[in-house]
Amino acid sequence: MSETRTHWAWFALIGLTLVTLGFRDRLDWLMAFPEAWEIPLTDWLNAIMAVIIDTFGPFFRGFSSLMDHPMSWVRTILQSTPWALTIGLLMLASFAVSGVKLAIFTFFAMFYMVLIGYWSESMNSLALVLISVPLAVMIGFAVGTAAFYSDRADRIISPTMDLLQTIPVFAYLLPILLLFGFGPVVGLIASILYAVPPMVRNTTLGLRRVDEEVIEAGMMAGATAMQMFWRVRVPNALRQILLGINQTMMAAFSMIIIASIIGGTSDIGWEVLTQIRKANVAEAILAGIVIALMAMVMDRLTAQAAMARAPDGGDEPSFAQRNRYWIAAGLLTIAILALAQVFPFLKNYPKAWEVYPAQAMNDAFNYVLVEYAAAIKTIKTVALFYIMLPVKSGLEQTISPFSWGFEFTTPLKIGFGVVMAGLALYAALRGRINLAIGIALAAILLYFGITRLPWLSVAAVMVLLAWQAGGARLAIGTGIGLVFLMVAGVWPETMVSFYLCGIAVLLSFLIGTTLGVLASENDTVSAFLRPINDTLQTMPLFVILIPFVMFFKLGDFTALLAIMAYSIVPAIRYAEHGLRGVSPQVIEAARACGCTRLQMLWRVRLPLALPQLMLGLNQTIMFGVAMLVITALVGTSDLGQEIYIGLNNGDFGVGMVAGIGMAILAMIADRMTKAYSRKGQAALGQA
Amino acid sequence: MTSSSDIRLSCRNIWKVYGKDPERYFKGSAATEDPDALVARMRDEGAIPAAANVSFDVGVGEIFVIMGLSGSGKSTVVRCLSRLVDPTHGEVVLDGEDLLAKSDKDMIQVRRHKIGMVFQNFGLMPHLSVYENIAFPLSLQGSTPADAKPRVDKVIDLVGLQGREKSYPHQLSGGQQQRVGIARSLAVDPDLWLLDEPFSALDPLIRRQMQDEFLRIQNDLHKSIVFITHDFLEALRVADRMMIMRGGQVVQTGTPAELITNPADDYVAEFTNDVPLVRVLCAHEVIDTNAVPDEGRMRLPAETPVEALLPMLAAHPEGVAVDRAGTIEGIVTAQSVISALARLSDQDDKAEATA
Repeated sequence: MSETRTHWAWFALIGLTLVTLGFRDRLDWLMAFPEAWEIPLTDWLNAIMAVIIDTFGPFFRGFSSLMDHPMSWVRTILQSTPWALTIGLLMLASFAVSGVKLAIFTFFAMFYMVLIGYWSESMNSLALVLISVPLAVMIGFAVGTAAFYSDRADRIISPTMDLLQTIPVFAYLLPILLLFGFGPVVGLIASILYAVPPMVRNTTLGLRRVDEEVIEAGMMAGATAMQMFWRVRVPNALRQILLGINQTMMAAFSMIIIASIIGGTSDIGWEVLTQIRKANVAEAILAGIVIALMAMVMDRLTAQAAMARAPDGGDEPSFAQRNRYWIAAGLLTIAILALAQVFPFLKNYPKAWEVYPAQAMNDAFNYVLVEYAAAIKTIKTVALFYIMLPVKSGLEQTISPFSWGFEFTTPLKIGFGVVMAGLALYAALRGRINLAIGIALAAILLYFGITRLPWLSVAAVMVLLAWQAGGARLAIGTGIGLVFLMVAGVWPETMVSFYLCGIAVLLSFLIGTTLGVLASENDTVSAFLRPINDTLQTMPLFVILIPFVMFFKLGDFTALLAIMAYSIVPAIRYAEHGLRGVSPQVIEAARACGCTRLQMLWRVRLPLALPQLMLGLNQTIMFGVAMLVITALVGTSDLGQEIYIGLNNGDFGVGMVAGIGMAILAMIADRMTKAYSRKGQAALGQA
Repeated sequence: MTSSSDIRLSCRNIWKVYGKDPERYFKGSAATEDPDALVARMRDEGAIPAAANVSFDVGVGEIFVIMGLSGSGKSTVVRCLSRLVDPTHGEVVLDGEDLLAKSDKDMIQVRRHKIGMVFQNFGLMPHLSVYENIAFPLSLQGSTPADAKPRVDKVIDLVGLQGREKSYPHQLSGGQQQRVGIARSLAVDPDLWLLDEPFSALDPLIRRQMQDEFLRIQNDLHKSIVFITHDFLEALRVADRMMIMRGGQVVQTGTPAELITNPADDYVAEFTNDVPLVRVLCAHEVIDTNAVPDEGRMRLPAETPVEALLPMLAAHPEGVAVDRAGTIEGIVTAQSVISALARLSDQDDKAEATA
């Protein structure tokens, strides 16, 4: 579609939307999707599930009880090992892959669990990870290899992995529960399902990326198919595969709390969950930190192992040298086991020595809450009345003496219309047609609110955007996805999700990119932001939610902040990375042309980093969607809430429809931003 | 030219065509079609002939260079020789055996024992040490480390990598890495040695040094070599005979001197422009046809480059005798050298003017 034709399409759309809105009292079927057109998808899904459970139920239950054994073995081993030995061995491993610094970090992180008295729960959670990761790695490696060798397999595997990663975990907790029954093994299976995709992707990617010449060298050396795979492809792809293991491990950790919703017993996830449900903020945070610390230790360990370079050439190492860490581990084990006989506290840390500052923390929180109650309330109201409600329900509904302090009278309404039309016209006259279209759309959105716009208009806007980004195929895909949301009867919830996630992502992206810009120019800012980003990313989603609940209670605003806190990380990272990645030669050339600092940013670095920024936006959206589901816990009324309701009521259909709906939203946003990024890269000749 | 009994590798009418069902071009009457017409027809129909009707022989102990710019099909041809790329049509005969008729299993054996290959970007295994990289082909054959050791040590000595055995590729310079590549390709003592732009990724100075090394190694081993390059001067330095390719087709085959003194077309002449003639021409090519061969002059071998001839002529204005196997082939004088150079330069200029 040519530029001008696209513009006309937009003009027509804006015109038709305004006409529709003018006659909205008489056009009910355009304002809300007619119920008569919906199909009972939920009932169908439930019926299918019932048949599956009847037919295959015993098989799944059998598998479940089979998996029970290794699970309880690992739990027993971890529980009966003295804490001092577990920590000692982990420190040794940290020292072996990285050095003293990591070993010290490992010590403090692990000792924290002992100190606050959560050792036993922590080990139960670790057992879950230790079982699910190897299984996920094996399955992922096999599936990834299949996808590498067979294009036909890849055509099935790749979208399946997309779906597993974009469907909110909540949505497939229920089917797992229905199929496999209740208990720790169910959590295990959910973790595996969630942890497999990164392994599959990295395996396929790694195998594909092996240098063609290395493959040819292998062939010329006369490798058979098996030798080619195990001795050429796999070793060359090893780094990528190890990265996959690392990501799989992180995915498994992020599932600890969620898994305990359906299968939790006396592990740390369960602890966090019950404390949140009891609204015990400090207790929940203390327990949540355990998971974050455990994840950080395992992340550093596996990441370092993946990055480790081949050793330098030197003398032939002796047996003792080659196996020095194993020998040390053996000696350490014997020593600590012996010492534990003499000093029992090395095995069972005395209750009296524990430090559990929950009470003090709660007191402190309460003090802050009471002291700054007015300020907190103001922040919440301002955000609600001036940002969130206008987007959700429109200025038309929001402005009232109670909220804005004045009536939204007809002259004011006309004034708003005239000003916005004037702005759009001005932009159009200056040749910035796209900007004019943007202003017009934003004005309509702000006036009427996203939940009160005709469904056809919203859908048309998305399809048109998809067309611009990725052509007919993306537009058709978007259209089909949106039709699903409509006929499945979840359009209103979709719009709420869209509004909540939309605002959060937009704000995160703006703030995050700004921070990223600062970090790219200033190493101090960068060094300051990095640990914060790391922490936010390894914190379990639930734990991020807690402080916001504490300050702002339940509601959309809390959800908004939580989503922002989590999704701002990629915005910062990609912006910094993209801006720092701009070629120094270009910077030098620009400086030679006499660029000021601001010109350098706006006219050189930002345009060149645009594809990276778009990828950042993409990740911001994905992170936002992930958090959106979790925020159902604080009482939003969107798709996430539907999923949660489905889970709580044991209604497979409701949860699944909403889950697929969420996945569709995520995939549309993903494909669109990626398509824009690709377009930008192609324009810059980076593709 | 080597006699037919000494031929190690023979390529007959190799075609590699990419596109939909390329075999159809070689069925029935099409096989007799004129190659140029066939290439044109393929292009019209959207197929890509990466190598078209390529034929050449490589004698035992000969260095055969295939020279061409990127996209000329030279890399495709060298891959057809070891069937890393399966030719669409043609014949590749190595020591009297048709490689294209062999099964994949047999090809693995051929690659294991008869062919070694060096790659432009080295193609080393980053996870293996220098020693392990070189031993890699032997270990794939199932040799025990003890069996492989003498052979590996020998090639390590040959390429001068002693003391670097335990290093990893990323710790070596480009030149050193290519030494590993060369050693690996020689580890199984192949009869046919393929080098695909082996020195193109190296700095000019190192490249020069490696070319000398290569010639020294070849002096010891007398392999039959197919050497790919895009660098005409490099081709001249190493080639016994060379073949110039363009757009998948052979433009000219001959010794370096033949190519320079007698370029088949403007394309070849274009390359020869940059070549200092004094370095390529030999004494027997600049003989004074009017002078009568007589005794009593200083004798020089027929293959003496003109460059080395110049100081002699300065000292002997009356001219020197060109000697081939004890008999005098002719007389070279300063005048005859200048005429020869003038004639050839003139040819070049004309080529340039028409190009």
